[in-house]
Amino acid sequence: MTFEWDYLMEVLPLIAQASLVTIEATLGGFALAAVLGLLLAVLRSLRFAPVRVAVSVFIEAVRSTPLLIQLFALYYILPGIGIIIPAMACGILALGVHYSCYCAEVYRAGLDNVPRGQWEAATSLNFTTYDTFTRIVLPQAVPPVVPALGNYLITMFKETPILLTISIIEMMSRALIIGKDTFRYTEPVTVVGVLFLLFSLTSAWGVRRFGAWLTGRWG
Amino acid sequence: MEPIIKFDKVTKRYGDLTVLDRLDLDVAPNEKVSIIGPSGSGKTTVLRLLMTLEKIDGGVIHVDNEPMTHMPSPGGTLVAANEAYLRRVRGKIGMVFQHFNLFPHMTALGNCAEAPIRVLGLSKDEATGRAAELLEMVGLADKINHYPSQLSGGQQQRVAIARSLAMRPKIMLFDEVTSALDPEVIGEVLEVIRSLATEHNLTMLMVTHQIGFAREFSDRICFFSDGRIAEQGAPCEILDNPRNERTQQFLRAVLHAT
Repeated sequence: MTFEWDYLMEVLPLIAQASLVTIEATLGGFALAAVLGLLLAVLRSLRFAPVRVAVSVFIEAVRSTPLLIQLFALYYILPGIGIIIPAMACGILALGVHYSCYCAEVYRAGLDNVPRGQWEAATSLNFTTYDTFTRIVLPQAVPPVVPALGNYLITMFKETPILLTISIIEMMSRALIIGKDTFRYTEPVTVVGVLFLLFSLTSAWGVRRFGAWLTGRWG
Repeated sequence: MEPIIKFDKVTKRYGDLTVLDRLDLDVAPNEKVSIIGPSGSGKTTVLRLLMTLEKIDGGVIHVDNEPMTHMPSPGGTLVAANEAYLRRVRGKIGMVFQHFNLFPHMTALGNCAEAPIRVLGLSKDEATGRAAELLEMVGLADKINHYPSQLSGGQQQRVAIARSLAMRPKIMLFDEVTSALDPEVIGEVLEVIRSLATEHNLTMLMVTHQIGFAREFSDRICFFSDGRIAEQGAPCEILDNPRNERTQQFLRAVLHAT
């Protein structure tokens, strides 16, 4: 088996273009996961038992079933009940919801780390629950867990090839299509692997810097 | 005079442990009361119940002639207070904690201005003006832009006092506010409390181990033992002529240690 650099250079632009789809799905999915995860973590920390139980059940259910099945459920079942959304939106939704449940666990660790005295001080100053979270607790709970959230960003990124099952042409999917046409898989798949490595390393570095910046701001 | 704080047979339990046992306690407006006693005697619980940090298991606390832990129902009986009611009555009370509990992500000024802006609805200018004034009063005019991590324990505790005062409470609670401090900075915090006591019309409740300070600061000292007031009276009565055997024991131990 030979490795042809000319062929590699030929497929590189095609795959690089498809990588934009990968990045879009990752960033979209992660934005959703970060926001929804925070919401789930906050809801679960409230004293109101019905909400707490409902959120816990939801998180357990999502974490205990494969992403692939959730993706299929959204893609094939939603249209059946009259909800038609584009494949990309569906992919972002599935990634976002799935990872929000992991992010919720991370946020929970952050919330648990805020000393009880902070809540008590907020109560003694008569803050509303909303202000207690947004002004006092979350600014302390979130920065320390940013690196852990970043790990899920990278994990999610590496899981985007799953989107080819709902016919989204991201990097991996593009490489397989090229391979099918030319019977040469080595070069395109190698390109995909190297791009994944490159992107992962870059985002790991970015996440570290962001986390350091957040904690450094407090003087 | 009508008491501003009235504990009416207040009971608090943690599981099987009864921390406060049908406690009756009246505090007059502007009165300075010190609460002393061995640990586990329920002293701090008195303050925590007043600040609504804990739920009450029996009895009623009245503040300013209003039930605090309970609210009147349409039928005229008292029911457990909901959050909206608590938020209204809680505004009369400020509390300073043993471990300061300053917000680490805000400067001294931010710590003092945040609640007036968010809770009282003051404008930013008004709130920072008030905060700066109070920080000056506690002797920290040059530290307003420092974060808590850049301040000593004594300075942090003075910020915490200013933060509570910024809400203009009628009643101030001090929960062992010098216990976490190095000995050399205890004085600066007590000095601030002393000037508050003489220059402001505040009702003050203080849980403390500083017997010397309690003597000069208080109108009355309550000695707690096993969830009840074992003995109370003017500082000279309690400290110099304790009648209760437990008070005598406690004072011997405390005074011997210092």
